[in-house]
Amino acid sequence: MATALRIEDLHKSFKIGFIPKKKEILKGISFSIQEGEIFGYLGPNGAGKTTTLKCVLGLIFPERGKIEIFDQPHLSLQAKEQVGFLPENPYFYDYLTAWEFLGFYGQLFLLKKKEKEEKINYLLELVGLKKDANLQLRKFSRGMLQRVGLAQALINDPQLVLLDEPLGGLDPLGRKELRDVIVRLKGEGKTVFLCSHILQDIEMICDRVAIIVNGQIINQGTLQDLVQEKIFFTEVIISGLDEKELEGLGECSSVHGERILLKVFEEEALERVLSLVQAQKAKIHSLIPRTETLEDLFVEIVKEK
Amino acid sequence: MKIRAIALNTFKEAIRDRILYLLLFFAALSIILSRALALLTVGDRVKIIKDVGLASLSLFGALMAILIGTSLVYKEIDKKTIFTLLSKPVHRLEFLLGKFFGLVFTLLVMLSLMSLIFLALIFFHTFKIEWKMLIAIFFIFLELVLITSVATLFSCFSTPILSSIFSLSFYLIGHLSWGLETLIRKIQSGIVKAFVQILYLFLPDLENFNFKTEVVHGLQVPTKIYLFSTLYGIVYTLFILTLAILVFRRRDFI
Repeated sequence: MATALRIEDLHKSFKIGFIPKKKEILKGISFSIQEGEIFGYLGPNGAGKTTTLKCVLGLIFPERGKIEIFDQPHLSLQAKEQVGFLPENPYFYDYLTAWEFLGFYGQLFLLKKKEKEEKINYLLELVGLKKDANLQLRKFSRGMLQRVGLAQALINDPQLVLLDEPLGGLDPLGRKELRDVIVRLKGEGKTVFLCSHILQDIEMICDRVAIIVNGQIINQGTLQDLVQEKIFFTEVIISGLDEKELEGLGECSSVHGERILLKVFEEEALERVLSLVQAQKAKIHSLIPRTETLEDLFVEIVKEK
Repeated sequence: MKIRAIALNTFKEAIRDRILYLLLFFAALSIILSRALALLTVGDRVKIIKDVGLASLSLFGALMAILIGTSLVYKEIDKKTIFTLLSKPVHRLEFLLGKFFGLVFTLLVMLSLMSLIFLALIFFHTFKIEWKMLIAIFFIFLELVLITSVATLFSCFSTPILSSIFSLSFYLIGHLSWGLETLIRKIQSGIVKAFVQILYLFLPDLENFNFKTEVVHGLQVPTKIYLFSTLYGIVYTLFILTLAILVFRRRDFI
């Protein structure tokens, strides 16, 4: 399988302030993304996620390091033709309509008129903006801008799609739709690079993840490798039992009317709870084992740093 | 092709800018009011209309070039629209030239509109179309192109207010620097003369584009001078554009 994006030893610093002081943002970033995978890039605010992306896109120039897109130098036009990019908080030419806007970007890829029109129709349908095609972008909501932003990122049928916080500003339904689009892109054989700090989403759709903190990659690998399958505790919601009867079996964390939320830490204790419930004819509303999540790992790593 | 797409987009953006119409309104007002001035003068009234009209064209054209030109590139950077644009297979050179040509095209349209009003006003007085005016207007256009390139250059690294001040200074210096030429002729050779000569070489001389008096009074101008002025405009514009591209090429967009 080909490598979609390879980054080696990337360094970048900025000079800040009136008397310029050098601030290192990226301190030797290296990773590679295989063709056809969804790669999650996560880190706290200011860790260097967007800076990495801007280096890849040629918006800023790294001091050191090598970037290749499908084995081409990243600044070459051949490389850029394979790339689609959705920036964080997209802001576009607000005097254009959605149709004009996509048409303009289509021209930059030298698309023929007919091909361009078909493409725009397809994309507006895909992101659910068909009926707003002739509305000026200034009248768009933030979620709609995000959608039209995704459409412009896909105008050239890119093999590598770079998304910077694509789910920010979307409502739950919008987030689900966008997740579906991303999974669909993967189905079409495209590679997706996803910068985000919404961990749930990354966990749900990414194949591999890299965690960046303070300009360095702290951890990377498949989700299964990074997150252990170990069960921390089991959350049980019970009704019909007295709180006192459960003493010693776990931690009662909250009581809502009849319902008791119990955290059980040992397997043996859990079995005792279950037999108690059976004996007393009480009711179990839910039983959820809590395994380690990406969030736990992330919080742990960031705190360590 | 890509340059054309960017230029057209720039044109669309520029003509939706309200400030352009405000300037156009005042330019039209100034051209029409030249008739009032003419009424107050003794002698050839049409000459006053031509004089004031051409001066209005030049002044308001320059203001348009400066006020729109200094904000166009800056706005793309400030509003981050440049991020998506440059992530497409577009060279930075193409982006900058697209912006420049878009603005030049906008100015061409605006100057044509103003000229139309101007020529119509003269027509009402003389009942003939004064084609000769077009020579002066052509050189005003060349001057505007040069000012646009200067505005674009400053816009690459500075805020619109500062860029406007710089570009306006360029315009003023450009119209006063011919004084240096007189000075060169007056002083004895020496270090001072060499210094003034070098200064004059680099400072713009926008009076090279000023054929208003010649046209209004129907004076003969040798073709050589027209050619020199045209060449001067082209070379100076290319020089400023090259500087702009050099500044823009290695810039980080944070």
